[in-house]
Amino acid sequence: MHPDLTERILQHLETADKVDTLDLAGLFSEDHQKIVGALKSIQAHGELVTAETATHKSLGLTDEGRAVVEHGSHEALVYAAVPPEGIAQAALMAAGGPNAKVGFSKAMSHGWILVDKSVSPPLVRRKVDTITDAVREQLQQVAKGKGGQLPAKEVADFKKRKLLQETTTKSFVLARGPEFATTLTKLETDLTVEMLASGLWDQLKFKSYNFDALGAPPTRGHLHPLLKVRTEFRQIFLEMGFSEMPTNNYVESSFWNFDALYQPQQHPARDAHDTFFVNNPARSHKFPQDYLERVKKVHSQGGYGSKGYGYDWKLEEAQKNLLRTHTTAVSARMLYKLANQEGGFKPAKYFSIDKVFRNETLDATHLAEFHQVEGVIADVGLTLGDLIGTLYEFFRKLGITQLEFKPAYNPYTEPSMEIFCYHPGLGKWIEVGNSGVFRPEMLLPMGLPENVNVIAWGLSLERPTMIKYGINNIRDLVGPKVDLKMVEEGPICRLDHA
Amino acid sequence: MPTIGVKRDLLFEALGKTYTDDEFQDLCFAFGLELDEVTTEKQMLTKEQGDVAAAANASEEIIYRIDIPANRYDLLCLEGLVTGLLVFQGKVKPPKFQFVEPAKRQVLNIAPSTAQIRPYAVAAVLRNVTFTQASYNSFIDLQDKLHQNICRKRTLVAIGTHDLDTIQGPFSYEALAPDQIKFKPLNQAKEMTGSQLMDFYATHAQLKQYLPIIRDSPVYPVIYDANRVVLSLPPIINGDHSKISLKTKNVFIECTATDRTKAKVVLDTIVCLFSEHCAQKFTVEPCDVVQPDGSVLSYPELEVREERISVKRANAYIGIEEPAEKLADMLTRMYLEAKVDGDSLVVKIPPTRHDVIHACDIYEDVAIAYGYNNIKKSLPAFMQIAKQFPLNKLTEQLREQVAQAGFTEALTFTLCSRDDIGRKLNKSIEALPAVHIGNPKTLEFQVVRTTLLPGLLKTLVANRKMPLPLKLFEISDVVVADENTEVGARNERRVCAVNCNKTAGFEVVHGLLDRVMQLLSVPWKTANVTKGYYLQAAEDPSYFPGRCANVMYDNVVIGKIGVLHPTVLQAFELTTPCSVVEFTIEPFV
Repeated sequence: MHPDLTERILQHLETADKVDTLDLAGLFSEDHQKIVGALKSIQAHGELVTAETATHKSLGLTDEGRAVVEHGSHEALVYAAVPPEGIAQAALMAAGGPNAKVGFSKAMSHGWILVDKSVSPPLVRRKVDTITDAVREQLQQVAKGKGGQLPAKEVADFKKRKLLQETTTKSFVLARGPEFATTLTKLETDLTVEMLASGLWDQLKFKSYNFDALGAPPTRGHLHPLLKVRTEFRQIFLEMGFSEMPTNNYVESSFWNFDALYQPQQHPARDAHDTFFVNNPARSHKFPQDYLERVKKVHSQGGYGSKGYGYDWKLEEAQKNLLRTHTTAVSARMLYKLANQEGGFKPAKYFSIDKVFRNETLDATHLAEFHQVEGVIADVGLTLGDLIGTLYEFFRKLGITQLEFKPAYNPYTEPSMEIFCYHPGLGKWIEVGNSGVFRPEMLLPMGLPENVNVIAWGLSLERPTMIKYGINNIRDLVGPKVDLKMVEEGPICRLDHA
Repeated sequence: MPTIGVKRDLLFEALGKTYTDDEFQDLCFAFGLELDEVTTEKQMLTKEQGDVAAAANASEEIIYRIDIPANRYDLLCLEGLVTGLLVFQGKVKPPKFQFVEPAKRQVLNIAPSTAQIRPYAVAAVLRNVTFTQASYNSFIDLQDKLHQNICRKRTLVAIGTHDLDTIQGPFSYEALAPDQIKFKPLNQAKEMTGSQLMDFYATHAQLKQYLPIIRDSPVYPVIYDANRVVLSLPPIINGDHSKISLKTKNVFIECTATDRTKAKVVLDTIVCLFSEHCAQKFTVEPCDVVQPDGSVLSYPELEVREERISVKRANAYIGIEEPAEKLADMLTRMYLEAKVDGDSLVVKIPPTRHDVIHACDIYEDVAIAYGYNNIKKSLPAFMQIAKQFPLNKLTEQLREQVAQAGFTEALTFTLCSRDDIGRKLNKSIEALPAVHIGNPKTLEFQVVRTTLLPGLLKTLVANRKMPLPLKLFEISDVVVADENTEVGARNERRVCAVNCNKTAGFEVVHGLLDRVMQLLSVPWKTANVTKGYYLQAAEDPSYFPGRCANVMYDNVVIGKIGVLHPTVLQAFELTTPCSVVEFTIEPFV
């Protein structure tokens, strides 16, 4: 780096026991930073020298102070700008330089000038014939490096006026070290095949490592953060003994998406404002006929202990194709299968995590498509307590231990519960999902035994992920605008890990 | 979920107790409501409309905005909310609604012509009502909330309320040609015909949304009194003649509908909630509604239904063990008066609780009254050996492997524009087996993607600042129209990978294909290997000529590989060459 400079320093130390780098700078007429740089290269070669840090405080001029040395103090400038016949104050302010205001009040307090109010407008006149610009003289002393002689009172005053500043310089006091030599040997950076083969590695000197620097990033691909969370949720369900539902059917009929779930045909969710209807292929026609008749009846006339909704159920409404608004459409298909499988009903636990679609107004937390996480349990005599207990276990695996349940309304569950959890980071209760017991009007037409209850819950995958990673805009997590740097730098997903 | 705004001080006065915001929030939570916002009229005006001038004069009284479950129509106004909460707290008994038979009932005749447009009508009379400004506003608000919710923006039911002393029965509900109808609409100075009215309100902020319900019909529904005074032109507007004012004493309520059940529910709800303001509280005067076939039905029905539920089943459904008497008490607090009868409960369902249609609705009310958060936690007893969905299992395994091969995973949108899968890829949208959305709000949601490629290209564009090479992949579903399936479309699980660099680097994506096939134990097809994969030169307008091939497996095309055509790059605003491989993984499950 500075081969000659490093050697000059080492040669100097051969005779001198101790030397300060600041003195060396003066001695070699080099910038102090260069001396320090050379010292670093010496140190990189081993313990040739010892270096102890030393600090030096010194007084220096500020830019304003330098201007005073050059042109005179603000008050002297103002005094000089006052002509013998006097001058209007406004004109003086213009003529007295950039710091005329300060200069004016100082000159007034020194009694150098006065304001003659006997004329209108008042004029500023000289009060004394000559002045001594003591400020400038003292600052000139500082400029010559004789600042140490200045009385403390003046130093404080000039600091206040921002004419002087105290600067601290760091330097090193050098002495010969245990490996002292007057020349530097070239250091090896890395161990090579050749060195091993020749055995030279034993004699060579190696450059010391900077362990504070980062390593070279490994070449690698990355998994998407939301899908890492999806993997974690799948794992949780599998650990809890839930089987995965086949949810690879985005296009669904209104029948399975709504009617099978006892969601009446005039329900607002079935409105074009909320649901994406498909116009090609527009309709489905292949329904299990007997089941369809039972669904029609329970909607229009009731049955299975229900009054029904008492409206004219229309097949055309049920045939309309749409993009499924929830994965519960798949749960309905699975429960229908469960009721009609060979050997009859058997208890079951199902889960799914997949995309659903809503024709909603978009904002920072809502997209037209998102992932729904859903769990379903069907067995004889399940209770609301079983649902609550299962939810506690499920959320415990997500690292959430405090839950509260709020009564809610959902067309296909009764009772229905909104799930709230306490978020210690946000310091408040937040809604994290919905749950409930599927209505008999949904289950019994499928052919499930009357004593079978089905409990279920659902939540979005995006919301807990955004909360977990502190993401405020969903577009920073999902879709083409996602920053790949965020994908690359994301940690592994450990939901139960603080 | 509807939200209602009630003045806090009026609410507390009616509840007979003052709460802090938190205390009231807790009460709401337990009852299944949510205190959504504490605000004032002034804040609402400033916030929602930015109308600072109007806000300057607005009231600063505290307003509670409360979310009401979508099926609890009986809580949609201050009167109903207060009764519901007081009953819940056990402070009052649920009111009993009674009919008062008049000397001569009001009659509403339904003409057969209404069958063409809006076939049902029901009616009722409230006598000796005293309106204050607050209760008058509440009455109007309730009708509005009902119109927005159960009435489905007036398509199912439309409500008309009239000052009975300004009109004379019998009333007649008919459907007439628009030009045959002429009247002065509410708060208007001049008369207009049905057609003129459609033009007049075409730009009206609130009413214009209701016009399409009847606009193109050859006949419009209309209600007349005995002297041919128009009461209303449902579902658009009432006549000015019979309008309600603070001085109104006797109120005639009519609901016209396309759904009879909903009409009855709406009428029951209005009379139940507002009979509180009658001189004789909770009384209603019934009306005779003469059906087109001459039969006469009496409304409102105000039916109190009895449901018998088993104490054992109710307890078992929830997972509690409470004695019958306690369950009866709890139900009574939920507005459902219950009596113990042996090992069952006889539950009276009042006309305010039309949401109760099954025993499970009663079980829920037991659970709410018991307190969801007091129910003992338990776990289902059975054990199950879990199973992954094989396609998803393979997807999970491949994602991990493709990332290990140096590709970064993207998560892109399933919905896109027609251009994204058509024009931009040099394809004709008509020729693609795409699923089309009928009601997209924006261009971004016109079709379901038939290829994963556009999403990856958009991700590349958005990340142009990243150092090259950029290697992206996604394993996800596309949807293709397929007549042989139940709904006419099916998902297909694909893997798609893009290499974006200073040179196209076909060998990079080809290498990934080879690696994936190796992982799937699929050999390269040779003379000795019949069931393997190979590339077959192909022409595809999305790809550079001579740099595109079909990915073949078992002699079937499973995907495509190639260098993207410069015009495709340009269409996606990319300036660096890209090579792509995309194929279905379903044959390998």
